[in-house]
Amino acid sequence: MIDNILIIHSRDNVGVAVKAIASGEPVVAGGKELFSTLEEIPTSHKVAIRNIEKDEEIIKYGEPVAVSTRKILKGQWVHTHNLESKMWKK
Amino acid sequence: MSDISGFIRQDGKVGIRNHVLVMPTVSCVNGVVNRISREVPEAVCAPHAHGCGRGSPRDLEILFRILSGLIHHPNVGGVVLIGLGCEVSSTSRLLPLLNIAGKKIVVLNVQEDGGSLETARKGTAAARQMLEELKSRPRVPIPWEKIMVAMECGGSDAMSGVTANVALGSVSDWLLAKGATVICGENTEMIGTTDVLARRAKNEQVAAQIKQMIDRAEKLTRDIMGELASLVISPGNMDGGISTIAEKSIGCIFKGGSGTISQVVDYGQPPTEHGLILQDGPGYDGDSMAGLAASGAQLMFFSTGRGTPVGFPVMPVVKVSSNTRVFNAMADDIDINAGVLMEGRELLELRDEMIQRLIRVINGEKTKTEINDMDVFTFMTVHPPF
Repeated sequence: MIDNILIIHSRDNVGVAVKAIASGEPVVAGGKELFSTLEEIPTSHKVAIRNIEKDEEIIKYGEPVAVSTRKILKGQWVHTHNLESKMWKK
Repeated sequence: MSDISGFIRQDGKVGIRNHVLVMPTVSCVNGVVNRISREVPEAVCAPHAHGCGRGSPRDLEILFRILSGLIHHPNVGGVVLIGLGCEVSSTSRLLPLLNIAGKKIVVLNVQEDGGSLETARKGTAAARQMLEELKSRPRVPIPWEKIMVAMECGGSDAMSGVTANVALGSVSDWLLAKGATVICGENTEMIGTTDVLARRAKNEQVAAQIKQMIDRAEKLTRDIMGELASLVISPGNMDGGISTIAEKSIGCIFKGGSGTISQVVDYGQPPTEHGLILQDGPGYDGDSMAGLAASGAQLMFFSTGRGTPVGFPVMPVVKVSSNTRVFNAMADDIDINAGVLMEGRELLELRDEMIQRLIRVINGEKTKTEINDMDVFTFMTVHPPF
């Protein structure tokens, strides 16, 4: 199996799609199928690799990069519609 | 026995090149430098747009620091310095600031040395003679502790922070474990990462300096860009999947790896500590490269997603693409493709390939920017000219 996401750090709760992943398609990292997506993930966008509670930190690079604004399920797309920045809110 | 070699300078620094640098003190005499460059292509010629017309203490500090930094640069074995005579950074003001023990420097001034053509003729002869003298200097084994590698990113794309900067970060961690020094600048690209970086500071003083540097960069960005400050994270970034300024910035600073931050230095200032160094310098590639080179970095890794071909005089630059498309589209310009991480290649394999390339470049193998002569020399100014 060829990987279709990269997980940058072991603490991360999101992976980055290295190609567009269709809804329902298996997510593959480290040569292993992890789960299937619940919606389409555009190239270079983030997918939740575990369930993330509302107000939980989004971890990428092993560091908090945002906070979720709603519960996000494993396999869902993670972007500005379901997270917010801790600084420079518009 | 060391696996790397270079040239030991009298001040204890180590060069990985033995260049003859031909540099103007002021842009007015760039033509003389360009003429020498055509006559002596093996010399590294570094024309620039500065040297006069600015008077603020901060601009003068930067001007003298950067010009001195290039003359002192460990990769430079000898210098032909071309002045005019009446400029702010004249040779008579610059020379007393230099500690050039053991480094040959020939000083010419167009107003004293017979005008432009005659000065070019004298400069050409001096550069040729210096090259001849330097040829006989042998490479000797050098320790990793003497190596300082700069990490830069520019012309970034959505994968820069996911592939190329992650690869640079793993090389940084390897270098730090070897006892080498790693230096990163680009303070605008640290906005949003104060907590992450301050936590990694060696001590409270360094943590406070990190906070101060990033606060200042953020304030400056807001003052200059006003309502548009949020464009530091642009709609294009968001289309590419980056959701917040912190995510973008951490993707940038990840190129320095995960080590302890031992010092914060001002723009162009040489560090006094080993380890991971942050430089309080701007994000613009040309200005940033000059600051990092003046701090003494002997070479640079430079990640790019869109594909920037730019290099820097005296400091070899290793270009790392974030994706395979740009690597193929700009095969002339890119040294290493980190896009392979999207194609199933293991990070550690790529890292080891980069380290092997790094060793070859230290030992004399030319990078694409060196082969292509893509040098640009420009540096930060703070106030407008008058």
